[in-house]
Amino acid sequence: MSEEKGLGAHLGGHLRENGMLVALITIVVLFSLILSFQAQPVNFVNSLNITNLFLQNGHVIILALGMLLIIVAGHIDLSVGSVAAFTGAVAAYLTVKVGLPFYVVIPLTLIVGGVIGALQGYWVAFWRIPSFIVTLAGMMVFRGATMWLLGGQNIGPFPKAFQALSNGFIPDLTGIGRPHGLTLIVIAIAIGLQFWLGFRSRARDAEFGIAAEPPALFWGRNVIIAAATAFVGWQLAGFRGLPNVMVVLAVLTALYAFFTENTVTGRRIYALGGNEKAAKLSGIRTDRLVFLCFVNMGVLAALAGMIVTARLNSATPKAGTGFELDAIASVFIGGASMTGGSGKIIGVVIGALIMGVMNMGMSMLSIGIDYQQVIKGLVLLAAVIFDVYNKNK
Amino acid sequence: MTVLLEMKGIGKSFPGVRALDQVNLTVEAGEIHAICGENGAGKSTLMKVLSGVYPHGSYEGEIVYEGAVLANRSLSDSEEKGIIIIHQELALVPLLSIAENLFLGNEVAKGGVINWPETFQKTESLLKKVGLSESPSTKVEKLGVGKQQLIEIAKALAKDVRLLILDEPTAALQENDSQKLLDLMLELKAQGVTQIIISHKLNEISRVADRITVIRDGTTVSTINRDEISEDRIIRDMVGRDMANRYPERVPNPGEVLMEVSDWNVWHPEQQNRQMIRDARFTVRKGEIVGIAGLMGAGRTELAMSLFGKSYGRNISGTVKMGGKLVDTSTVTRAVAAGLSYVTEDRKVLGLILEEPIVRNVTLANLPGVARRGVLDKRRETQVSEQYRKAMAIRTPGVQQKVVNLSGGNQQKVVLSKWLFTDPQVLILDEPTRGIDVGAKFEIYTIMNDLAAQGRGIVMISSEMPELLGMCDRIYVMNEGRLVGELTREEASQERIMALIIRDNGQKTEGRKAGEGEAA
Repeated sequence: MSEEKGLGAHLGGHLRENGMLVALITIVVLFSLILSFQAQPVNFVNSLNITNLFLQNGHVIILALGMLLIIVAGHIDLSVGSVAAFTGAVAAYLTVKVGLPFYVVIPLTLIVGGVIGALQGYWVAFWRIPSFIVTLAGMMVFRGATMWLLGGQNIGPFPKAFQALSNGFIPDLTGIGRPHGLTLIVIAIAIGLQFWLGFRSRARDAEFGIAAEPPALFWGRNVIIAAATAFVGWQLAGFRGLPNVMVVLAVLTALYAFFTENTVTGRRIYALGGNEKAAKLSGIRTDRLVFLCFVNMGVLAALAGMIVTARLNSATPKAGTGFELDAIASVFIGGASMTGGSGKIIGVVIGALIMGVMNMGMSMLSIGIDYQQVIKGLVLLAAVIFDVYNKNK
Repeated sequence: MTVLLEMKGIGKSFPGVRALDQVNLTVEAGEIHAICGENGAGKSTLMKVLSGVYPHGSYEGEIVYEGAVLANRSLSDSEEKGIIIIHQELALVPLLSIAENLFLGNEVAKGGVINWPETFQKTESLLKKVGLSESPSTKVEKLGVGKQQLIEIAKALAKDVRLLILDEPTAALQENDSQKLLDLMLELKAQGVTQIIISHKLNEISRVADRITVIRDGTTVSTINRDEISEDRIIRDMVGRDMANRYPERVPNPGEVLMEVSDWNVWHPEQQNRQMIRDARFTVRKGEIVGIAGLMGAGRTELAMSLFGKSYGRNISGTVKMGGKLVDTSTVTRAVAAGLSYVTEDRKVLGLILEEPIVRNVTLANLPGVARRGVLDKRRETQVSEQYRKAMAIRTPGVQQKVVNLSGGNQQKVVLSKWLFTDPQVLILDEPTRGIDVGAKFEIYTIMNDLAAQGRGIVMISSEMPELLGMCDRIYVMNEGRLVGELTREEASQERIMALIIRDNGQKTEGRKAGEGEAA
């Protein structure tokens, strides 16, 4: 009885983090069931779909990582779609028209993204012009700049080396062939790491006197995640192995999770979003931090732009339309606060995956784009209402 | 004279605080009645009872207005009866025109459609009454504070006011604007408008008031007629309370001079010609608790914040020495590095990140202290917070508790912990016990004594004079941006502090009059 009560209380306290995961799993299971009971049964969680999920949504996750920092700092960036389009066009121009190799084009494009972020961040941070206005202007300016650079036409196709950025898979260094040996090794290491980190943080919680998670919940969650990881890994290994994009995503996610939770700068961004005046009076250079968030966003937008351009194998004037809204929606579905100061990287990634799974599932069910939009909108609203309700309770 | 208003035996309680007790106030028709009292004596609460902010039934006692019992359910009820209050913070919409502001919520309209020609006509005649020649279409933000204050009065006149209440109307005004306002009050009196003015500027009161009621600790002490008004009498009535032994024992042991501030001048951040701090100079010794006394708006917080990383004001000049050496305190980081800390008066807005746990608030001002090469050592961070939790006796289940869930006293201890973790030599504490219950106050005092015993210098800014007298080795008295006096522990008394403030105000008025005489 007492344990049950503890479990309930703990779930109440960490409803958001666990709730997100439950929501993602529920959505996957729901689509699998519906699709397998159709007149012509389809397997939802097959290797191709898993690969495509990450290929098609990688850019959203990348943008959402940067967007989380911006939103935690109490700002917004509406320009990321246009900036991704523009940087994609820059990369295409440098590759196809100038003929530079990919190892020159990629860093150059990232620098261009950083400069664009700096240009916008300068006005937001040091002139205190509302980010909504500055980035709305940026959204128009860089859409126009994309059209101008492309001359209204598509630029492509790209050499294989550049395309590999999004369509490539990691090489199998073990020589096993099928299943993909290196993929299995990487997945095994990932699962091991997950448990090791889990036990370590549990030990720490105990040491620091943080109320420890009930064992049932801890094991339940970790086994489910491990099983899901193993399943995804096995499916991918049976197909073509780990896509390059997934490696990039995993590295970036780990990096940003570490940055936000374990570094001085990361901590200060949360403080700035939580109470800017108090942060300032505690000696934190809040303007400089806001500036940095925007530079970082620009670099990530450039990365997303290149990945999308490489996947489509051409830069188009219309690329990146609506990306900013997908990224912002992911951040809020992922549990960030609208007023800044809170939100987690892992939540944002799950938020982006929820959006991606819904897109894919609804398309496979041949639900029209009209209904898809309505449903996605309602999911976003429901997630935020859930947050507000929990806070007021 | 007929009695317009009679408040009988008014009492009002808030959770844990008895704000008003047995307050009696009689206002005669056509007079200007002043209400005096220290900060927190209950003046504003009394006016809120009168104006219906606290509705009938939420207070004890009876209000008789124009011969009938007044039972206001809301502010609009009392406005309908002609009782209008003008608060210290002006309630004007800066981006709307004068005309729009004057009739806001009281529009000259038929069926929801505003009659602009009539609105403008009425506005012009109202503006004439308060002595303004601005166009009715001027936006309020274009006017100075003094003129905005007059607009507030015009707004009251637009509502057919019979009892006008002015809550410290001249607190934000410069000398000549204040004089204009007082002239207007006398003019309105001649037109038969009864007025209540809340103020602690004695020179102003003696100029306009017919009678004065003094309130102390939530009770009426006396009502003085115009011909009996004297400085001494009012000071005695305002502060005359006995001091209980509410302060921990301490043997003062001041050492050498730690901090020395000279010729400190600060200008208002927005208003061009307004100097907030004038030639301030003061010293703090090792192990000494130094108080800064003054009324609200005297510039105490402005002085502290301008010293701490130029967090307030413009055109700041002057020098700060720490241990005899000139130091740079021009940014918060530099001020902290020089050994200075500032605990703000508004801990919720300026001191804490309420939605974050204690541990993250404690280390906020010195994150590098728990990090290596930019990476946080969360183990050390928790250890540090635990140490402060124990040392300060912060009552909480654990340091992971969000500070929003703590009581005021415990929140204040978190803020103190945050600054102690920067290891300051001099701590400026701005109203360190505001909004804290008596028991927690004693704990904060004990912590302050401990810090002084460690050899740190402490500057205590407080509006509660007994607290300053009970805690400080030396007290500076501040008025209108200047340090107008310095009293040792032995010399200091509430009467002497009040006298320094009030005589300073008096001198200024006399100086002004003399200046006029010369010009004439």
